[in-house]
Amino acid sequence: METTTMKNSKNTNIMMMLNLFLGAVGLYLWWMIYHVLPKVSSWLTYNLLPIENGSHLGSSVEFFLYDTPKVMMLLFLVVFGVGIIRSFFTPEKTRAFLSGKSEFVGNILAALLGIITPFCSCSAVPLFIGFVTAGVPLGVTFSFLIAAPMVNEIALGLLYGLLGWKVAAIYMGTGLFIAIGAGWVIGRLKLENHIEDWVTETNVTGVTMEEEKLTWNDRIVYGWDAVKEIIGRVWIYVILGIAVGAGIHGFVPEGVMASIMGKDSWWSVPLSVVIGVPMYSNAAGIIPVVEALLGKGAALGTVLAFMMSVIALSLPEMVILRKVLKPKLIATFIGVVASGILLVGYLFNLII
Amino acid sequence: MEIKILGPGCAKCNKTEKLVREVIEETGIDASVEKVSDMMQIASYGVFGTPSVIIDNEVKCTGKVPKKNDIKAWLTK
Repeated sequence: METTTMKNSKNTNIMMMLNLFLGAVGLYLWWMIYHVLPKVSSWLTYNLLPIENGSHLGSSVEFFLYDTPKVMMLLFLVVFGVGIIRSFFTPEKTRAFLSGKSEFVGNILAALLGIITPFCSCSAVPLFIGFVTAGVPLGVTFSFLIAAPMVNEIALGLLYGLLGWKVAAIYMGTGLFIAIGAGWVIGRLKLENHIEDWVTETNVTGVTMEEEKLTWNDRIVYGWDAVKEIIGRVWIYVILGIAVGAGIHGFVPEGVMASIMGKDSWWSVPLSVVIGVPMYSNAAGIIPVVEALLGKGAALGTVLAFMMSVIALSLPEMVILRKVLKPKLIATFIGVVASGILLVGYLFNLII
Repeated sequence: MEIKILGPGCAKCNKTEKLVREVIEETGIDASVEKVSDMMQIASYGVFGTPSVIIDNEVKCTGKVPKKNDIKAWLTK
């Protein structure tokens, strides 16, 4: 018996070393490929394809051929990394951590945990009920529900890769600010009686649950599964987003966006929110478009507002949440978050 | 053995149900499979993520599609 366990642990060690080695080689290859992408895309566009250097079509095609592999590679790395971090967190642990926290501190923690807790908007309802019935305050629950889709690893990874760390940091900071602020405001409004009655009447039987013990190998598998799952789901949005971005990049004249989405037109921020809220896309699809808009002179605040309203507020999620929230609470939720986004948009147009 | 699969009907939930049924067929275990898609019922189990697999009132997995080998292990234990 003892020899087999020893053998097993030796095997795991070997597996571990092998994984580390493969990981290092993979990372090195990733780095090499990532750095030759600009040359390859330019060569493909102008040497392999019969496209004239400097033409509109050329700059669109080059943008597309450069951004598609770049975005996919970044997604791969970020999703894998965050997948491993996420294997340490579960919604159950987050709930246990948040219940009984005071409101303001609770809002901050909930928004931060929203970034790293695995969450899919299709399970927003059971999660909402789980939080509220466990005594997590309503406002704190909302901070989590706002931060979880808005400030996520896909958005941060892509913003960092395409627009630099400053824009990524601004996005993360303002996204957290909105989640914390909006959650706090909703908490202050005392809307607990606008939760559908059956939620509070639900008798949670609480079946027993086994705590999973994960090894490092399990976590690597978890990260790998996340890559397959997320990239399998978003790749089509990424390609569509980049295609739209490429069109804007090549064919929209410089400065046109400055007059429509520039900082001098006061109505551009509310307009982007109004257009953005009913639109549904994930971060992976919208960020290539944002990159192209910024390149044509759109103001950062306006673009941030557009991106946030597309990602954070979506029609399908509202339909799902309607099952647990009465109309007035849904409307308040949309109103408060949209106001926060407006504020951020104006603020950045003012200071940058 | 009583197996319940909780999920409102998303793609992942259907995949989970399919996998569970496959394992039952392959192993020939005597088990009933019930799909629970009513939100109120799902909530009453106290799980957060869907799909969730519950076997004889014990939550085996929540928030993800389980691996086929894992399902086999739960059923044959």
